[in-house]
Amino acid sequence: MSILKTMTDPREQTRPAIHTPNSEPAMIELRNVYKRFGSLRVLAGVSLALEKGKTTVVIGESGTGKSVLLKHIILLLRPDRGEVFFNGKRIDDLPESDLAVHRQRFGFLFQMSALFDSLTVGENVGFPLTEHTNKSKEEIETIVAEKLRMVGLEGLQPKRPAQISGGQKKRVALARAIALEPDVVLYDEPTTGLDPVRSDVINELILKLQRELGVTSVVVTHDMTSAYKVGDRIVMLERGKIIADGPPEFFKTTDDPRIRRFVDGRASPEDLAALED
Amino acid sequence: MSSRVANFIASTGDHTLDALADFGRFFKFTGQTLRWLLHASGSARTWQLVLAESMDVGVRSLPVILITGSFVGMVLAVQAIEQFRAVGLEEQMGGVVNLSVVRELGPVLAGVMIAGRIGGSLTAELGTMNVTEQIDALRSMGTDPIRFLVVPRFLACFLLTPVLTLYCDVMGSLGGWLVTVVMSGVDSGPYWEYTRSAVSAFDVFSGVAKSFAFGGVLSLVSCYKGFHCRAGAEGVGRACTDAFVASFVAILVMDFFISVLLQSISTRIWGFRSLL
Ligand SMILES: Nc1ncnc2c1ncn2[C@@H]1O[C@H](COP(=O)(O)OP(=O)(O)OP(=O)(O)O)[C@@H](O)[C@H]1O
Ligand SMILES: [Mg+2]
Repeated sequence: MSILKTMTDPREQTRPAIHTPNSEPAMIELRNVYKRFGSLRVLAGVSLALEKGKTTVVIGESGTGKSVLLKHIILLLRPDRGEVFFNGKRIDDLPESDLAVHRQRFGFLFQMSALFDSLTVGENVGFPLTEHTNKSKEEIETIVAEKLRMVGLEGLQPKRPAQISGGQKKRVALARAIALEPDVVLYDEPTTGLDPVRSDVINELILKLQRELGVTSVVVTHDMTSAYKVGDRIVMLERGKIIADGPPEFFKTTDDPRIRRFVDGRASPEDLAALED
Repeated sequence: MSSRVANFIASTGDHTLDALADFGRFFKFTGQTLRWLLHASGSARTWQLVLAESMDVGVRSLPVILITGSFVGMVLAVQAIEQFRAVGLEEQMGGVVNLSVVRELGPVLAGVMIAGRIGGSLTAELGTMNVTEQIDALRSMGTDPIRFLVVPRFLACFLLTPVLTLYCDVMGSLGGWLVTVVMSGVDSGPYWEYTRSAVSAFDVFSGVAKSFAFGGVLSLVSCYKGFHCRAGAEGVGRACTDAFVASFVAILVMDFFISVLLQSISTRIWGFRSLL
């Protein structure tokens, strides 16, 4: 298969690679995106095309810019250079007011949940519905209850975010992200901080949304079990570039040392140097 | 040596550019707020949010406003009474105390107290929302954070600061009366008589007009600082201090210019009015 490749050839890395293996048009496409914060270079020419209805997993070391990459997909951050397309239309140059409409088709799960402190759990999950639909209070309450049940938290509506645990917050945030039944869901570490059983429930939820509603997803994660389970495709980010891109089997079997080290969770001698006496 | 001078010049230049850029961003922020104000002020949802904020603004700042007002009036009277008595004009105290309170001290001190009480909590709240990505979360759900967070807070401060200022004026007036009439034994009748002849409706209007401007500017500055605060608890603390200092300075500077403007309007219409 042509997508079974690791890009180790330097010429390969500088070329804006479009990772759509077949003729299916990409739903979302980043082309050669660069981003820096002050003197810190975070994204250095990332190109990534996402097919409709597929789940793409993004892995990579802490601090390589996975969250930054995810935020570029809905333009919470704008690229310094490069372009972002949605259904073939360029969107990175649109004003904030046009993006607002566009973003209603997306659900975004923040790494730190980002629940509104001043609202209850129920109001948090219902927020996008109150804002963007004309549904009645009762209808919204029904949907909120249903979404909370999907993440295993029914009955938590009256609590404040400050009163619930980190893992519960994450699941409330997930319920909020899918409240409007979006076409695309972007998950920033959906299973981090959850126990193994809960993690598996979330994995199943991601699969269910894909299966039943045809949701297109991007999942940023460090959890390889989850990555293998939900991913149709995995991309690995390192130093602001995509260094590997392929289906889960490829990551299970490759012998590229950079990938093996990350996937198997083995620190290299350089990683351990600081601990030596 | 010369490199040190060059460094100094360079860093001064950097700071100046930073300050100018900050100023530019603030004006853009203000522009966006005013644009959303036009868009959103017709919707019931905005006014629901304004109402919720107003409870907060009004209830939390009323006690401190009442205390400030009454003590300002009392202090003014204590400072002035001896001098006025020495020249036998103590009956005219009412005019001077009340005019100072209504025209200057009421609006300015109420503004400053609200900047501290409400502005500080606005910056802390929005700053925390910013560093915990709640503002990004709003954007990610297609809700404009300026419309949802800033417009209601701006309206609440803009509309309530004048009301609180009037409370401050009344308390200041009572404080002055307490010291002059009750404690220093000046006759109550002439005290109020002189007050009535010195304080015109225009004076009350000018104090209220100022307080609209103060309420508007302090909420914009506080919200802006919250939206642009640096990460971490330290960033939020810093933003609060910055917001208070900037609001305070802005209030004093605006006070000067509005006073000059209103004074010239008043002189053009009624000519010079002597207080004594
Ligand atoms: N708004 C910002 N301003 C300045 N620097 C930022 C900003 N957002 C991210 N960074 C920096 O960009 C780099 C990448 O951050 P990012 O959050 O994308 O990492 P990550 O790959 O998601 O890591 P983790 O797995 O730990 O979540 C970090 O060094 C971070 O400090
Ligand atoms: Mg991250």
